[in-house]
Amino acid sequence: MSAMATTQLAPKRVLMKGNEAMAEAAIQAGCDAYFGYPITPQAEILELMARRMPEEGRVFIQAESELGAINMALGAAATGARVLVSSSSPGISLMAEGMSYMAGSEVPMVLINVMRGGPGLGSIGPSQSDYFQAVKGHGHGDYKVPVLAPASIAEAVALMADAFELAERYRTPVIVLADGTLGQAMEPVSPAYRDPARLQTDWNLTSTNGEREPRVVRSLHLRPEELQEHNTHLQAKFAQIAEREVRFATERIEDADIVIVAYGTAARIARTAMERGRSKGLRIGIFRPITLWPFPTAELVAATEGKRGILTVELSSGQMVEDVRLAIEGRLPVHFLGRQGGVLPSPNEVLEACRKMVAP
Amino acid sequence: MTVQLTDNRRVIYRRPDALQDKSTHYCPGCGHGIVHRLVAELFDEMKLTGRTIGVGSVGCSVFAYEYFKTDFVESPHGRAPAVATGVRRVQPDKFVFTYQGDGDLAAIGTAEIVHAAARGENITAIFVNNGIYGMTGGQMAPTTLLGQKTTSSPLGRDPVLAGYPVPITEMLALVPGTAYAARGSVATPQLVGRAKSLLKRAFELQEAKAGFTIVEILSNCPVGWGMTAPASMEHVEKDVIGTYPLGVLVDRAKAGPESK
Amino acid sequence: MTHFVPLDIATDRCKGCELCIGACPHHVLALDESVVNALGYHPVTLTDPDECTSCVICARVCPDTVFTVYARPKADVS
Repeated sequence: MSAMATTQLAPKRVLMKGNEAMAEAAIQAGCDAYFGYPITPQAEILELMARRMPEEGRVFIQAESELGAINMALGAAATGARVLVSSSSPGISLMAEGMSYMAGSEVPMVLINVMRGGPGLGSIGPSQSDYFQAVKGHGHGDYKVPVLAPASIAEAVALMADAFELAERYRTPVIVLADGTLGQAMEPVSPAYRDPARLQTDWNLTSTNGEREPRVVRSLHLRPEELQEHNTHLQAKFAQIAEREVRFATERIEDADIVIVAYGTAARIARTAMERGRSKGLRIGIFRPITLWPFPTAELVAATEGKRGILTVELSSGQMVEDVRLAIEGRLPVHFLGRQGGVLPSPNEVLEACRKMVAP
Repeated sequence: MTVQLTDNRRVIYRRPDALQDKSTHYCPGCGHGIVHRLVAELFDEMKLTGRTIGVGSVGCSVFAYEYFKTDFVESPHGRAPAVATGVRRVQPDKFVFTYQGDGDLAAIGTAEIVHAAARGENITAIFVNNGIYGMTGGQMAPTTLLGQKTTSSPLGRDPVLAGYPVPITEMLALVPGTAYAARGSVATPQLVGRAKSLLKRAFELQEAKAGFTIVEILSNCPVGWGMTAPASMEHVEKDVIGTYPLGVLVDRAKAGPESK
Repeated sequence: MTHFVPLDIATDRCKGCELCIGACPHHVLALDESVVNALGYHPVTLTDPDECTSCVICARVCPDTVFTVYARPKADVS
């Protein structure tokens, strides 16, 4: 079934596993090539791609390592192909090198990280301990890449097409940051597949055919003035992304006393805590960043004005909370609740933390 | 080479069209310039320039994209075969080559080169082996000869401390996905001619989609070795070839499909 | 009739490495020490055009493709 036909059909509600839903969404978004390496908890992405990409006449390679996968992606994406790579935390560390090169040479590509617990080999349980890695930089050099954090499988499906679109519009790698829960869970979804329009490009490598000057995709600029100029250009692009591409969602924030800031699976838990709290008279609202970079700084400040306090909930020892505090600049108390290593906080634990904030 | 008349003289050799009209950054007498020229001559003769996407590496040849009139993508150190894999798989009708040194291909990039060969990728690796990390100041490479002094083996390469020279092209020749593996040199005028014929065979096999092809070229590093250019070429001829014998290591297309 | 010159040398690209000088079977190449080119080297020069046989060996070993080689006209071969 072609992507066009799918988008025209009324979406049917189907039960999908997160990893498979993201992979299928990428295919329906016109992904030309996928490169991966087995790692839990995202192996289903690789497996689905191994079956589906050849069916669609597209490129699939199980690489020799995450280094191999990310560099195959670099080569394929340098030709202008729509490329997806996926891995989980330890694999992303290996891919950091390629991400830096792709950011430096402005090659669009989408990378899914289905996060697991770290550091090191850690565990295969769900985690959000790669926030710093995704948002503050994976490889070396002054660069940022857009980071999209879905909180449901349906949202993950929608964000795959958005991720390709962002990548191509700004010639940048884009990270879709999921976690083990989102990857492994099954949910009924009405998949809203979308195949974004291809942009006209004048930079990608298609060989000259003797008709134009050679093109070079590179990050090397040995003259200091030239590299500074390149960095100035990159920073201007990042500023443009920060200005235009911030995404977030709020729930019941207007009358809230306490605002929980959480993304991904942690936001799902926070939602249950909010509902339980509300039923007991505790006015909780939720602010959920969807882009972790660019972080919705001004939006968070506006949404929390006059509130009693903020509780940041993460499946980590406290990473996004640093950006929350940077945004709030001491205007409100910012509390933190985190669990590590694959342990999820229960909604009641979150509720209890909220209660303490308003206790006399 | 097209024969043409200029001011009534008949040209029998001139600079290949596939090379950009600029001076290279290579040191005087460096074999990279010779290998670049051979590759460019073949691009002209086989009419490949317009269909080629080059894949660069890290080391002295990092600026190769400055010299060829082809599209080029830069790779992280050692990753050129993976990058080339990505290029070739989504552009299956292009001619794709990597241009790598011995530090890049035989040390940091061993996984990428072995698996590109194992997959039988239709790419050609041009592997220039001068037994040293030239760009960073002449440190020991995996291919450095036993006893050879470098800035990181100041007493000479001792196998107890630093292991043995890596015969990477022989290792790659064992892999069934490798259609062609050969070793040449640019140490003498005769060997330069022979090296070109090895490269030509590799290019033809890529065009025939026969699988992975690699040509190792034994070259020099006059500055890193502390020798004049002529003395460095003599050293390649007299000493280096002893460790790395020249010849075709495998040609599976010639041997027929049974040998694969 | 102008005297036949079998080689053009792009002296601006020559780095004076001397590989061609050692390879030339007729010993008709040398560095021109009266000249320093823009790269800072004494470039190679053809010392005796009459002894050059257009064998192309210089071009084959040159890393900087400085040589254009011309065939000696038949009439010139005496």
